[in-house]
Amino acid sequence: MIAETGLAALWLAAALCGLQLVFGVMALRSDDSGVATAIRPVAVVQGILTALAFAMLIWLFLRTDLSVELVAANSHSAKPWLYKFAGTWGNHEGSMLLWVAILAASGALVAVFERRLKEKTLIATLAAQAAIGLGFYAFLLFASNPFARLSPAAAEGRGLNPLLQDPGLAFHPPTLYFGYVGISIAFSFAVGALITRDVGPVFARAMRPWILASWIFLTLGIAAGSYWAYYELGWGGWWFWDPVENASLMPWLAATALLHSVTVLATRDALRAWTIMLAVVAFSMSMLGTFLVRSGVLTSVHAFAVDPRRGTFILALLIIYIGGALALYALRVGTVREGSRFEFMSREGALVVNNVLLSAILGIVLIGTLYPLGVEAVTGEQLSVGPPYFNATAGPLALLLVAAMAVGPLLRWRRDEWRNVMGRISLPVLISSLALFALVMFASPIGILPMLGLILAAGVAAASLAPLWKRNLRRTPLFTYGMVIAHLGIAVSMAGMAFESAFSEEVLVAVRPGDTHQVGPYSVTFDNTRPVAGPNWTAVEAGLTVQRGDGQPFTLAPQARMFSSPQTETSEAAIRTAWNGQLYTVLGNGDGSGRWQLRLWWKPFVTLIWLGGILVAFGGLLSLIGRVRRERKTMEREAWA
Amino acid sequence: MKAKHQRLTLAIIAIVAVIGAGFLALYGLRDNAALFRTPSDIAADPLPVGQAFRLGGMVADGSIEEQADGITIRFVVQDAEAEVSVLYSGITPDLFAENSGVVAEGALDAEGVFVAESILAKHDENYMPPELADVDMGREPGQ
Repeated sequence: MIAETGLAALWLAAALCGLQLVFGVMALRSDDSGVATAIRPVAVVQGILTALAFAMLIWLFLRTDLSVELVAANSHSAKPWLYKFAGTWGNHEGSMLLWVAILAASGALVAVFERRLKEKTLIATLAAQAAIGLGFYAFLLFASNPFARLSPAAAEGRGLNPLLQDPGLAFHPPTLYFGYVGISIAFSFAVGALITRDVGPVFARAMRPWILASWIFLTLGIAAGSYWAYYELGWGGWWFWDPVENASLMPWLAATALLHSVTVLATRDALRAWTIMLAVVAFSMSMLGTFLVRSGVLTSVHAFAVDPRRGTFILALLIIYIGGALALYALRVGTVREGSRFEFMSREGALVVNNVLLSAILGIVLIGTLYPLGVEAVTGEQLSVGPPYFNATAGPLALLLVAAMAVGPLLRWRRDEWRNVMGRISLPVLISSLALFALVMFASPIGILPMLGLILAAGVAAASLAPLWKRNLRRTPLFTYGMVIAHLGIAVSMAGMAFESAFSEEVLVAVRPGDTHQVGPYSVTFDNTRPVAGPNWTAVEAGLTVQRGDGQPFTLAPQARMFSSPQTETSEAAIRTAWNGQLYTVLGNGDGSGRWQLRLWWKPFVTLIWLGGILVAFGGLLSLIGRVRRERKTMEREAWA
Repeated sequence: MKAKHQRLTLAIIAIVAVIGAGFLALYGLRDNAALFRTPSDIAADPLPVGQAFRLGGMVADGSIEEQADGITIRFVVQDAEAEVSVLYSGITPDLFAENSGVVAEGALDAEGVFVAESILAKHDENYMPPELADVDMGREPGQ
């Protein structure tokens, strides 16, 4: 009955979604207030129903109900409960249900909390959200039904891909999806505002918290995914420019650009048409990512069952929604009034630079990601585009962007003078010069990108704090702190990337018991191997005794695991985190005569990469709280006036 | 500057940036996109020494040899018609085995040996690298 309840809830939600669209269109065509007041409750109930359907699926997975096809194909009764729970979305159908549940939840949240937006625009927004929803309900119900029954029931489930059996599965996908799908709100807002011709500062202020909220989740989701890949794959890398990673980076780039341009629109009523365009692009990138990851055109740990029908379905949705939004944009952009003017040397000017660079990086990542698919479709030639391309093209632009980020917040709105700007950035420039001096004098020679990265990071960290200079810290608004912390986070993260790429040490050796090797500040002694067993795996575990200088020795135990269902081997790295970096150890194969392969890395300050990501998200959160509070005050004031 | 002009300027900046990014991307792709080749492709038309590409095929039966240093292996990648000798230093990914599909990244050396920098991981026993789906290996892998 659980599966049937879930399926019924899903059908009902789809019907309500259709109703929401019809109500929206009716309310926009006539001034029928009855229909207009009904649209909010409909959106809320739709959200609750999909949440219910999703809860039913979780319940099925927790019970390991093997009469449900999806559970039988992707779960196993011997799995620890956390992976039964998180395994709900560790498969195609479950992850699409999560996608739709978050889409519906986004609509419901807008219906409940959005008070700033003009009534008509809100109705158009909810109608647009329903229009997106309909396509994805259809995809779920007709091409990816998670509740399909299996008769007769399976005796045992086939299990979950062992790479996914990690606490990361409980955190990374939902967080990423909240950002990924949450940005649909910006898309719907943009469509709504185009329909009602309502693009302006009030609209921008209403849209901003929603963008911020999904951007925070997206940032956290990407950082979490990066760390997960780093420790789980055992390759020692934290970003591989894999198309699947790019699929999450592209919406982030667009959303980051949008976040900054919407501020220009809200504060200075400029960049109207551009902001709308970015909102459309941001969610288009999310849908493109969904297509790339879920259609099976890419094979990766993220792509589950490969079914060409599904790929075509998502591609059709992609074309309809992006095409529709762009057509509406082309029709209506002429009616969007021109915004206010500004000098190049101004905060607006710097934000335009931010947007241009982010868009250029987005374009480069997009081309690099789609190029192999395009070439294969046209010529049949297979090729791959990897780190050499992305580092050479996106890397320098990212450095430029970060340099612009140092200057931007120090500029005044409207117009500023070169002379004043020079004064304000003199200290960060001095700090960067000192960093350059220190690197040249004391460090071994390093590559140009990491070199520039370290120098910039030092200056940018100083510059990001500069907006607080000579201000009354207690009266500084929370969103200013948010910006400062987010920008500081970028500098911290970049420092981590540069340190890792410039100063990592790697040792690859075949060892016998008693052998000692030096990597970074650590000496690592290989003691022995022993067999160990977990709930659904067995493993060979190495015993390593590690000592840093004269410090207290400690042990690390990397494993080579064999999972029973499905039969797969994985390597579990053992990692030691110190204040200034991580020691990363991986056990390889044995040759049968007692010799084992061992791979050791010393990665100085690598943790800064993810710490920076968390700071960025935290800055976003402060900003969100600050903006919402400010808006609430403004509304109270207006209510009194 | 009038508002209209400003908008035009911004539009032009955006277009220039997009075109610039496009050119930068194409320039980067010309040098950095790695091709995929099978052993018979190599036999028919060998790539220049040192040019990076991806080699895909099946690890030949009984061909994996451990070298004395304990970290390097030598093996043969074959398809239905040809074979290429491969040298790799490092930990082989999970599920790397004889008679199973493999994709390696690297380049040919002067002796025609493919020096692999990495061997792409396989995610589970049913997984087949997409490039290999069309390669005729002469028989079913794993048989």
